[in-house]
Amino acid sequence: MVGGGIAAGLAAGAFVAGRATADEPATAAVEADTYAFRGEHQAGIVTPAQDRLHFAAFDVTTASRAQLIALLKAWTEAADRMTRGLPAGEIGPTEGSVNLPPDDTGEAIGLTAGGLTITFGFGPSLFRDADGKDRFGIADRQPKALRTLPHFPGDVLDPEKSYGDLCVQACADDPQVAVHAIRNLARIGFGTVAVRWSQLGFGRTSTTSTQQSTPRNLFGFKDGTANIKSQETADVEKHVWVAPGADAGAEWLAGGSYLVARRFNMNIEIWDRQTLGDQEDFVGRTKDTGAPLSGGTEFTEPDFSMPGSNGPVIAKDAHVRLVHPDFNNGVRMLRRGYNFVDGSNPIGGLDAGLFFIAYVTDPDTHFIPVQNAMAKSDAMMEYLKVTGSALFAVPPGVAAGEYVGQSLFTS
Amino acid sequence: MRKPFLVAALLVATPFFAACTENAKDSGGDSSDPRAVTVTSTDDSCDVSTTEVPAGTLKFNVTNEGSKVTEFYLLGADGLRIVAEVENVGPQLSRQLVVNAPAGTYTTACKPGMKGDGIRADFTVTKSGDQPAVSSDDQQLVDTALANYSAYVQDQSDQLVSKTREFIADYKAGNDDAARALYPEARTHWERIETVAESFGDLDPKTDAREADLEPGQKWTGWHRIEKDLWPQLAVDYTPLTPKQRAFYADDLMKNITTLDDRVQTLDYTVDQIANGSRGLLEEVAAGKVTGEEEYWSHTDLWDFQANVDGARVGFEGLKPIVEQKDPELAKTLTARFAALQKLLDAQKTATGFTFYDDLTQEQIKDLANAVNALSEPLSQLTAAVLS
Repeated sequence: MVGGGIAAGLAAGAFVAGRATADEPATAAVEADTYAFRGEHQAGIVTPAQDRLHFAAFDVTTASRAQLIALLKAWTEAADRMTRGLPAGEIGPTEGSVNLPPDDTGEAIGLTAGGLTITFGFGPSLFRDADGKDRFGIADRQPKALRTLPHFPGDVLDPEKSYGDLCVQACADDPQVAVHAIRNLARIGFGTVAVRWSQLGFGRTSTTSTQQSTPRNLFGFKDGTANIKSQETADVEKHVWVAPGADAGAEWLAGGSYLVARRFNMNIEIWDRQTLGDQEDFVGRTKDTGAPLSGGTEFTEPDFSMPGSNGPVIAKDAHVRLVHPDFNNGVRMLRRGYNFVDGSNPIGGLDAGLFFIAYVTDPDTHFIPVQNAMAKSDAMMEYLKVTGSALFAVPPGVAAGEYVGQSLFTS
Repeated sequence: MRKPFLVAALLVATPFFAACTENAKDSGGDSSDPRAVTVTSTDDSCDVSTTEVPAGTLKFNVTNEGSKVTEFYLLGADGLRIVAEVENVGPQLSRQLVVNAPAGTYTTACKPGMKGDGIRADFTVTKSGDQPAVSSDDQQLVDTALANYSAYVQDQSDQLVSKTREFIADYKAGNDDAARALYPEARTHWERIETVAESFGDLDPKTDAREADLEPGQKWTGWHRIEKDLWPQLAVDYTPLTPKQRAFYADDLMKNITTLDDRVQTLDYTVDQIANGSRGLLEEVAAGKVTGEEEYWSHTDLWDFQANVDGARVGFEGLKPIVEQKDPELAKTLTARFAALQKLLDAQKTATGFTFYDDLTQEQIKDLANAVNALSEPLSQLTAAVLS
């Protein structure tokens, strides 16, 4: 809640701050109104997936390391405040001098924190420019796996929807809260960074908690049934976080993760003309309950060897088979994608799809091979076109008194 | 639509009378509907809720309570002719089979594990006011449609071979103007039978891949590799192919086209494949041609567009006598919408072919896209209509 007046703001702040500093892990309460910004890991990863997204990628426009660090400090303060339901600045949207623009833009007045999480990441181009030159004295700390993703079949990337030096993922249960967060962070950054691209997502397409129901993507199917859930702590450690010692040259990333962002445009109109049977065969699950075609209910493990009328009942090119850990060296991803509709395209089709976000311990083992398998053989690819792509290293959580990414610049 | 439809479907001929299968929302069936039948299949039993129903649109709600995938069949009195079937019903799942059945004696069969003759029982459809219109000419209509379509594909394939031969001869000889003129003409024959050509999963990537479709390590060959070499204006830092390289890509294309031609000689079709092929060709238009992505270098997208529409229309027209019996309204709509789309294409015809895609106005592109959508939506009903 950004207070409409000083008293309301203080009261709400006190209440929210009290909850956020309580000794409970951010994931203990499912779908809470506030999640602590500071902690061992950044929030917005295993946090129960909120309903809305505003994601932004930034280009750093300064050559000054000091300015970059100053921005990360300012962003940390603002993010800490906003995730508590406080204004972005210390004064507030309506509390300051009439001769100054307010230090908070005001559209969140009267709203709660809305479960807001703000998650920061660093792109490969932050470390080295296109000529390989060290930009901020951190090139020797560039994580090994932090490179521009390779071209995959079906990629028709728009450079204006791809890449970036920095990223900010703002998730909330209220779209206005998420937009408010990105807008105010962008404003704080002018002169140091510039928005490269941003993406709104209006409906979550995966579940990160066993206590959440599985939502549907714009193909109309349940999505994220087999996603890593925060309760699967061993799998979260193994597949999501970067372990200490995993990358000797980038020890600062321990406790962090990699964020893969891919903008999958769906060819909605053509998909909608496919028969129900074909749609289910492409996915490998029923549209109704989400059960695998080998039977059972939503959470029944698929039986890929079960014979069907024409080959296995879950087809060789079914999506659920191609991306399943059984066929991908056991790797799993923590997906946190969102449905998007950015209006329509010039020929009257919806500019719609799934903004895919996955957190993985190592994209070289956990994303690139899976994406290649999918791009090569997945029946669903016929209805997908990837128009945006980016990879970021997500630093570990921010301790009290620290700023986000501090380990990269100090330790 | 699923690309390798021919290859898969060649193995199992879909019965002509078979039917829409749907997921049964309510496996309990509708007790107020005398034509709703509940079928419960287990590993060793097949419980059909009634053995006698009035003629009309029958709905079998098939639930699998066994441990293996099951199938359910409605067979003719001889126990051989498949009237309708639903396949791939997984354990604990339900699917609905809808079939329009005239009065007569039938056999029902569940086939858990898809082996053997299945668990059979007699089934009777009694006369009623909703007797479906059946024509004794049906099979003849089907046979004619299948034969005509097969002949059409073979003829197009034959012309594809000869035009491609002319095209590569000019290309190899460095007669680039002549090659550029022949490129869209040769491709017309490919695009008319594109869904058939694409069903050969090994040939399509070698022949029709666009640069963006390539997998890591895949060598780019085929039409579009040569297209880029003939229209390099948009390419950045492009190095033209040497005569030796030209010969390699040209001969490789010819070899794959010849292989395609060999294979189509022995292909058989079913009515649903023809209907699905017709729908698939319009999907090709919607996905690649109307957006100008198919012929990125040459901008000859409208040639392909027209060829896809030709192929789709031939498929539909072959089936039209059947559709006119089963769903006259759909036949009428499709006929009108094919004509409306053709009118727009005709407006773009020139002395040498068509307007280049990059010379079309946004408004013209939008009109074409609207006409494609208007046609595609009813066209997606065609398969179910011919099978009903």
